[in-house]
Amino acid sequence: MTDRSDHATASGGSELTRAKVRSALLFLAPMLVVLFLVAGWPLIRTIWFSFTDASLTNIGEYNFIGFDNFYNSEWGGLLSDPDWWRAVWNTLRFAVISVSIETVLGLIVALALNVQFPGRGWVRAAILIPWAIPTIVSAKMWSWMLHDQFGMLNDLGMRLGMLAEPVAWTASPDTAMMAVIMVDVWKTTPFMALLILAGLQMLPSDCYEAARVDGIHPVRVFFRVTLPLVYPALMVAVIFRALDALRIFDLIYVLTSNSKDTMTMSVYARQQLVDFQDVGYGSAASTMLFLIIAGLTIAYITLGKVKLGGDVR
Amino acid sequence: MRLSARFPTALAAALIAAPFSVTTASAANVSLSCGAVGAELELCRQGAEAWAAKTGNTVTIVSTPNSTTERLALYQQLLAAGAKDIDVFQIDVIWPGILGAHFIDLAPYSGGAEAAHFPAIVENNTIGGELKAMPWYTDAGVLYYRADLLEKHGRTPPATWADLTETAQAIQDAERAEGNAGMWGYVFQGRAYEGLTCNALEWIDSFGGGEIVDASGAVTINNPAAVQALDAAAGWVKTITPEGVLNYAEEEARGVFQSGNAVFMRNWPYAWSLANSDDSPIKGKVGVAPLPKGGAEGKHTGTLGGWQLAVSKYSEHAEVAADLVMYLTSPEEQKRRAIEGSYNPTIAELYSDAEVLAAAPFFGDLYSTFTSAVARPSRVTGEKYNRVSTSFWNAVHSVMSGQSTAEASLASLESELNGVKRRGW
Repeated sequence: MTDRSDHATASGGSELTRAKVRSALLFLAPMLVVLFLVAGWPLIRTIWFSFTDASLTNIGEYNFIGFDNFYNSEWGGLLSDPDWWRAVWNTLRFAVISVSIETVLGLIVALALNVQFPGRGWVRAAILIPWAIPTIVSAKMWSWMLHDQFGMLNDLGMRLGMLAEPVAWTASPDTAMMAVIMVDVWKTTPFMALLILAGLQMLPSDCYEAARVDGIHPVRVFFRVTLPLVYPALMVAVIFRALDALRIFDLIYVLTSNSKDTMTMSVYARQQLVDFQDVGYGSAASTMLFLIIAGLTIAYITLGKVKLGGDVR
Repeated sequence: MRLSARFPTALAAALIAAPFSVTTASAANVSLSCGAVGAELELCRQGAEAWAAKTGNTVTIVSTPNSTTERLALYQQLLAAGAKDIDVFQIDVIWPGILGAHFIDLAPYSGGAEAAHFPAIVENNTIGGELKAMPWYTDAGVLYYRADLLEKHGRTPPATWADLTETAQAIQDAERAEGNAGMWGYVFQGRAYEGLTCNALEWIDSFGGGEIVDASGAVTINNPAAVQALDAAAGWVKTITPEGVLNYAEEEARGVFQSGNAVFMRNWPYAWSLANSDDSPIKGKVGVAPLPKGGAEGKHTGTLGGWQLAVSKYSEHAEVAADLVMYLTSPEEQKRRAIEGSYNPTIAELYSDAEVLAAAPFFGDLYSTFTSAVARPSRVTGEKYNRVSTSFWNAVHSVMSGQSTAEASLASLESELNGVKRRGW
């Protein structure tokens, strides 16, 4: 849209194009207003609170304290809190590992579902079930299955002789992150598969026919034809998932609560905001979370040359 | 709208002022939040319905999450938003400092009734001279022991932690030698949560190591007695205590003890009736004693727990709600709850009541434990208490799991708490 209006002004801009731009803005206005109210306003308010010492006890009264919540020489602030940096590290580790596994598995599932076979519609629907269950429900379900005293995972492992004694999956620092990643992979691989499948179905069939005529090995076809063609769709799917993974809260909070071993940025911000009633400091953490995610997204789009505009060529 | 909503309140207030017309004209609906652990909700409902029948008002019971932490988070969000949905809140003993600003002063409605309750709890519930909540039932950490095993091995309930360690080790070894391989000496609550704060405070207080933060607000946790206490406790893990204790809350500890696999257990009084229930393998084999002293100069102690009732200042019928609170915390209602549900009364004279003692004989033996219970520093640290407690249990947990020494952990805890304090408590 910007391209066209730039073009219009560059070539003089007739009364008609200006009228078109005006009516376009008019049609866009309600959407922009709604977007500002539901997304912009809370964001601005959070950023504003991050410069204050507001508390949940009396949210109406607060003082402006500048950057003290982020850094100060008296009590440190967010940037000198090792727990915060640990949360940042946990979040990045979680996002990178889980999204990588989900991408690979999702691609495999999508390739399988892209092949014609009887009952494909049913399989496609069935594979979406983990993703369709509300996260709270599936997380709670998994937390029972992972329980060290009466979880079925320990029972199964011990019956099969794979475990010598019950493992406290979500409580032990060694296994907590692994357990969380496992559940996330179970839950969101279908989403990845769906997005990649949509990309696969738009691929032109002529390349494949040419490959078949030339007798190219299917593995070579995958790496030379399918992967480059589906790459833009794959990158968009990855960015969706990465944004989701970077702000993960529900799954981790249900499985491991406020444990430091798996605490992510969102869990940290919530603990400060709600448990410690520190709206100012918690908002500072939320603001940092926003900046970190925004920074990573911009870096990803720039480096991955992803075009979110849709006209992928 | 506004007028019609306010009118009944004004009318009720006017009528309450007039003698004898309270019950007939102030037919208000009060919503009451109750815990729903075990028989708690049913007992709460019975009490509230009795009050409703007596006064002509109605009560809506709101059940809240079982986890203390979750419940606090819910309350904080409701109260911070000034919500009128709940009139009477059931609050933990550590919350008056955190939530007090949202509650009304109950003193004008109590008619001095609080004088009959344990002074320590009333003091705990008094913030800035205002009585923010009425005590409903109390709790304190106590030591459960297997009377049959102690007798079998010729031992007595331990007076000090050193005695406990020695006795637990001896019985554990002897029982294991007899083929009882799953036997452990001592279980408690070691998960990194509020319960560990209660346990660790008991250890430290029994050694004379103070209460983390003293009454004047000074951080006192980094002292030799506290180091000694934590060293003693860390020494239990993997010797007389399973490593899994690092993830035990109340029910996990009770699970081990009640299935007959531990000699000693630290827990709240609620475990008594369950350990003596008909399906319990250790029914009739359990004794209760005060927690051991730190040493010859130490003291018996137990962390103060228990729940209070408070009235929201956003309530539209605060007077009626306060009347419900006074009814539920009255001696008659507390006696009923003590007999039917083994909830510890907060009124001293009920501990010598024959009917109460017949239902729960240990109330008499533990009387001094309940009156001398040590309070967590929630009053002095106010709304920062959660931060203090979280830092404390994390520091203790790192010592118990062997990731840090007691000296190093308490030194860094001290500077962390002073950092919190600099932002004011």
